[in-house]
This record gives sequence, C-alpha cells and structure tokens, in this order.
Amino acid sequence: VGSGKLGTSYPAKLAAILIQRWYRQYVARREMRRRYTWHIFQSIEYSGEQAQIKLYNFLGYLMDNFTPSSNERNLISHIFRENEVCRDAEWERYFCYKNIEVPEIYSGPHLTFPLTVEEAVGLVEAFRNKKQQLHSRYVLQLLLETWKLLRMLPNINRISTCHSKEITICGDLHGQLEDLLLIFYKNGMPSLEKPYVFNGDFVDRGRDSIEILLILFAFLLVYPSNVYLNRGNHEDHIVNLRYGFTKEVLNKYKMHGKRILKLLQKIFSWLPLATVIDQKVLVLHGGISDSTDLGVLARADRHIVRNQHVMTKVVIFPLSLQSISRVFQRRASFTYPKPLGTRDCFQNRSLQDFSDRIRVNMENQLELSRREEPTLNAQINKPEQESLSLPHQILDLLWSDPMTQDGCIPNEVRGGGCYWGPDVTEDFLNRHNLQLIIRSHECKQEGYEFCHNRKVLTLFSASNYYDVGSNRGAYVKLGPDLVPYLIQYQASSMTRELTVRQSVGRTERSALRVLREQLFAHKSDLLCAFRKFDSENTGLVSLNDWASAVESVMHLDLPWRMLRSQLVTCKNSEGTIDYYEWFNESQLSKHIDQSLLETLYRHRSTLETIFRIVDTDNSGFISMQDFRQTWKLLSVYLKMEITDEAISDLAITIDSNHDGSIDIDEFMEAFRLTDKKSRLERGRSMFMGTTSDLTKLEGDPNI
Amino acid sequence: MAENSKSAEATVLNTKILKKLKGAFQAFDTKSDNTVDIKEIGTIFYSLGFFPTQADLQKFTSEVEDERSGYIHWDRFLPAMTKVLLEDKFPPIADELLLQAFEVLDIEKRGYLKPEELTNYMTKEGEPFTQEEMDEMLTAFTDEEKKHIYYKDVIPHLTLERKM
Repeated sequence: VGSGKLGTSYPAKLAAILIQRWYRQYVARREMRRRYTWHIFQSIEYSGEQAQIKLYNFLGYLMDNFTPSSNERNLISHIFRENEVCRDAEWERYFCYKNIEVPEIYSGPHLTFPLTVEEAVGLVEAFRNKKQQLHSRYVLQLLLETWKLLRMLPNINRISTCHSKEITICGDLHGQLEDLLLIFYKNGMPSLEKPYVFNGDFVDRGRDSIEILLILFAFLLVYPSNVYLNRGNHEDHIVNLRYGFTKEVLNKYKMHGKRILKLLQKIFSWLPLATVIDQKVLVLHGGISDSTDLGVLARADRHIVRNQHVMTKVVIFPLSLQSISRVFQRRASFTYPKPLGTRDCFQNRSLQDFSDRIRVNMENQLELSRREEPTLNAQINKPEQESLSLPHQILDLLWSDPMTQDGCIPNEVRGGGCYWGPDVTEDFLNRHNLQLIIRSHECKQEGYEFCHNRKVLTLFSASNYYDVGSNRGAYVKLGPDLVPYLIQYQASSMTRELTVRQSVGRTERSALRVLREQLFAHKSDLLCAFRKFDSENTGLVSLNDWASAVESVMHLDLPWRMLRSQLVTCKNSEGTIDYYEWFNESQLSKHIDQSLLETLYRHRSTLETIFRIVDTDNSGFISMQDFRQTWKLLSVYLKMEITDEAISDLAITIDSNHDGSIDIDEFMEAFRLTDKKSRLERGRSMFMGTTSDLTKLEGDPNI
Repeated sequence: MAENSKSAEATVLNTKILKKLKGAFQAFDTKSDNTVDIKEIGTIFYSLGFFPTQADLQKFTSEVEDERSGYIHWDRFLPAMTKVLLEDKFPPIADELLLQAFEVLDIEKRGYLKPEELTNYMTKEGEPFTQEEMDEMLTAFTDEEKKHIYYKDVIPHLTLERKM
C-alpha cells in the first residue's frame, strides 16, 4: 500500500492493517520519548549530586588553604564548629522536650513511651487520613528514644528468615509518603510476623520526609528485632540542605525545627550501614567497591564519619578545628602535590577553575588511596589504619553504582563512590560467602532491575519519582529459600486518571522544562558554540549545526534534533534557527547584574546550599556580613570576578526591608525562570530553581 | 554538469542520512559496543519515519541479526538500512489515509467507533494486536464519558511530531 488517494471500495482488512501499522509506530516513538525523558532527569539528577560533591571538595580545600588571619577562615570555622559533634550530655540538654507543652486544641496523635503498637499504627492512620502533623514535643521524644536505640545497634544488622518468616525489603522512598502507605496497604505493617528492612534515602525531594521517618522510627521502637534501617546517602544533613528535607522540617515545625534537625543529624550518623540476611544476602543502599571489607566496616565507629569529612578525607572525630588542620598539613604533600602558594597569590587564582582541579585531585586521591593504602597508613599509627580507609569505604557503600563492564572506577557522574563491575561482585560474594546483593540508590522504570548475572538487585520504592507516570515502585519479599519475590506498584490517584499517553507527555514536559533551564544556564558557552558554526555572523544556524553545537556544550548525549521542536520555537521556513532570538524566549523574573546572572543561575542550587550551610541556626536568614563573605568564597569557587561593590549592590537589592539580614528564600526567588511563550507546568518537580516551591505544593491544583 | 551536481547532491544526502541513522542507532546502543537489541529494530525504523509491517520487520531482522545472538551490529545494520532507504521500501503513510481507514471501519458513518468494534478489527484482521496492545490503545483513545473512540480527535495525537 503506497501513498495516494484511496478508492471508495477500500476493504476493511487493509484499513485495519494500516491503523495497526500506524499505532505501532506511534507507540514506538512514544517509547523513545520516554527514554530520553528519563535520560534527561537522570543526568540532571546526578549532576546535582556531583555539584554537591564538588561543594564538599571546595569546603575541604578551604580548610586546607586559608591562613588563620583571613576572614573567610572565620566563616568556615564558624560553619564547621556548629556542625561538629559535641558531648552527648550537652546534646541531651539541648534536645529536652519536657518543657514543650501540648495545647488542648491539638487533635493529632498523642504518644507515650515506651511506645505501643497501637500508637505506631495510630501514627500511620493520622498521617494517612487526617493529614495531621505530630506535635513537636512527641517528635523530639520519639527521636530521642530512636537515637538511644540506634547507638546500641551494630554497623551491620544480621537477621534471619527463621520460622518461615518472609522479610520485606524496601528501597528509596524519598519523602513520598503515599508509596510507604501503599506498601503497608498491600503488604501489611511491620509486626513480629512481618519483618522489614528499609534501605536508605527515606528523605529529600518528596514532601513528607519527616512523616516517613516518624513512622519508620516508631516501628523500629516497637519492634526493634523486626525493623531494620540502612543508611542512605541522603541521610546526611548537608545533602538535606540542598534537596529539601531541611526546608520541609523548618516549615512544618517553625518553633522547634532547628532542634529537630540537629537531633536528626545525630540519628543519621548512627544509622547502620548494611543488613545481612541469613549470612547470604547483603542489603545496603549504594553498593560496593573492590576494597569493600565487611569485617573492617563491622568494627568501625560509624557515627563519627560523616559525608562532608569523608569527601575531604578527614580522619577521626571528635577533633577540634585546629587538629583537623594539622592533619591536613601532615598529609598536604601527599594529597596536593603542587604547593598552592600563600594567601596573596590566592586572590589571583580566582581565574583558575579550582573546582575542576579539586575534582581531579579527588579522583587521584581515590585512585591512590585504593592502591596505595599501605604506604599512606605507614605514616600513621596502626589503630588509625583502618579508620583512614573507613571514610571512602563508607562512601562506597552509600554512593556506588553497578556497571556492565568489569573493573572498579571512580563514580564521576555522582562524584562519590565508584562504579563496580560483575567481576568485583563475583569476587566480593565469594570472599564473604554471600550469594546476592540488594541495593537501591538508582531509579528504575519497573521499580527494580537485576544485573551482574542476577547477583545484584536494584530496588527502588518511590514510584512516579521524576514525575507522575515516570516509573513504578517495587519491594522485595525474601523467604528462607532466599529467592527474591518482587511486587510492583504505582502510587498516586493521578496515575489512574491519566492515560499512558498523557503520563508520558506530562513527564516529558517536566523534563523539557528542566532541560530548558539547563540550556539557559549555559547561554554563553552555547553562543560561543553557535558562533563557531556561523562564520559569517548571520545570527542563524542550520538544524544540524544547532544540534551539534548544543551537544558539544551540554554533553548530555540526547537526540537534540528530535527535541528541537520542543526547545526552540523560532525556527524559520528555511530550516535555520535564529539563536539570539532563542535566548530571548526565556528570562529571569528579577533583575540582577547581568554579568553575574548566568553563572549564578547555573549554580543556584549550590548557592542555596552554601547559604543554608552558613545559616547555622537554620533560621532561614543570614546576616549581611555572612552574605558578603559567602560571595567572596563563591567568587573563588566559581572563578567569577566579583567586586565588593557588586556584592554590596546585590545585598542591597535583596535586603528589601533593610534590616541587615537576607531572606534566603526571597533571594532564590530571583532565579525562577519564566518562559515567555509556553505555559509552565507546576508538577511535582524536584528541580525547580527556587526553594519556596516545595512548600507551595499544597495549593497547587495540578497535584 | 548535471551528473556532477547529482552525485554531489547524493553525497550530501548520504552524510545527512548517515548522521540520522547513526543517531537513531546510538540511541539504542545501551552497551556502547555498536550493537542494538533486535527487539528495538521496529522502534528505530519508526523513529526514522518508516512504517514497516511486522512481517517487514521480521524479514529485515533475520537478514541482519548476528547469528541468533539477539543483537545487530552497526556494520550489518548500515548497508541493510541504506538499501531500505534507496529502495524506499517502507514509505510513510499520509495522514489523510489514516482518516480514511477509520472511516472505512465506521460503516454507519457516526464519526466514532465503539471499543468492541475497534477491538474486533484490531485483534482479528491484518497483523493482530496482542491483548496488551489492544488494552493500551483503548485506554489511550476511548472517550471517558461516552465510551466511544472519536477517531478524528485521536488522529492528531497519532501524527504529532513526526518530523525530526
């Protein structure tokens, strides 16, 4: 059947086959779109994590290189001192809940300790049905009890499927309460007959992270031998600053939020690192590396190693800031082979890309430390030997991803942990006499995925993670035969209403919006690339050249030609694109000094994270002085030249009520990107440029 | 003179097409080893704007598959695809034909089809749909309220974004 007008006597059979052909190609093209949409979200998600690691590296670098007299050093020590561990007794006083009164009008759940099963179940019901918040007094009490319990737990939980019990294992939840409720609905709540393992990343991104934690901790307290929690890379207070959990708590608990967060900081550091079932199945959040040793991990002091210091390879806490810097100096020649000069020439170095340099050093360090540990340890006393390698071992557990090729290489996409191959799995399982690794950390469309000859299972329990309809969630049941039985689901009433076609479209629109933001953030580099193709300066490029230029800047490996119609509306009839016009299609809402604009926009997430780190008492405000100092730091990190006047102007613009302090949320509002031509979809996206969006979800009709 | 410009045209065409083919192929080369899963061949064809039947796909696959490994290597894919292009084997179907096809099935000319009717045709005639395909099509295109398939409304969705 070729093209051309049909006769009137067209038989139904031919009509049917034509419709079938047409429909099948439509489905196939939709599948392609779904795939690249996925790719967009993932690459941007991981590059966010990479930015986080870069930030850690930067802070560590500052620790190394500032002399005592610098203002910046005061700022850094101010940050780190606040985030340091103090003695437990001091903390218990700070966390005292006893003087917090619960008012009569409070209609939420009341808890008594020791907690009962009815109270734990009541908590679930309260959150599900009435959407009530637990009063901060009870929150603090619950967290305190949890903290006490966790301190007694080993680094590696060891459990068994004796008495024909099936163990249920759940992956990432990321604050998506409806998924947890759906799992409980399908599978039953934790009980003596129903043990559960929760594999990390309970918080961030979703909007009900604190409720999930409260439920998990409540059941942990009620059934300490039947509920097991593994730490994820998001159980980390600095990561929480960037990815939304900190904000959520401060918004829901305006009076006591800071205390709650500090207590959670300690709880996170005390979460176990892994669980072993029947001595045969290892459950942990990220993965392994070729140097993972469960024996070493079991013996370590897990609570004193935290991500930020893992990144900068600090040895042991508790230490004062001074001793930390001494440690750095002792290892300076090993980790930073080239001397970086005195403070004076430091200013001049603002033109260099420190972040990249640090990253390269970081990779070298990771490589070196993997291969040359004996040499490094020789310099230090033996008892510390194990703990020197501990930071990166824990990093591996929480951040690594499997790959298809053999070997073990640093995980450059995430910036932490490694990529490990099937040979490493094989070796690891043999060495430890295990048969299966269950991990999470990566979103999978079906909620789970096997790899490495079915010896590694990735399990992800946050359905619709990227957007409504993007993926299913799954959980695993493991009986005494240790054969994983998988159950999939997809939460949200919205999914039922949307057809498959609509949900792909919706996810795609979110992804494209995120992508447009990324493109906007790289405007100058893109203009440069376009100009290379436009030697005669016509302001126009062909479609092919446009696609090549964009890929050369963005390195996202996307089918740009296919995406072009969604990203560029100013294609003219000859098939060329006016690239200047293209950038005019989007603009930022507020007016900030144009020369800073693009760099700031690109790093807005990092900027916000730094602000929140500086805001050590979690008030949502930082002082003008800290604001200025932060900018100076940032200007080095982002290789920007920024004068004191520019910073002052910026500060004055932002401090609209002139009270000497900056509202962080208000500042970030400046970076909301609006599209002149297209209507913005306000879905449940995690990648919004501004911070206030997460809390505005309540009123959003699209949810 | 004419010959020169024709061959010059052909070269330009080939580079463009080569890029297109390479792009489509690489999108499915998940292992980065210049092979794609044979199950993806249909998707690759469709993404390039071709409309093969299932039989066409099977024939193509059997000719290029790597010894029943389940994978097709670029080196065999390229010449086979070039042939398909030059011979214009699976030309695109014009939008108007799709409308007419639906109208043929809509015997009473009501402007819509009932789900049972469409199911009957799709699962019994031509290259029948699987149950899954049928369910999906019905879910996607049946009007919520009236429970009919208003094909005129459906067609624009099927034909959206065809140009690469």
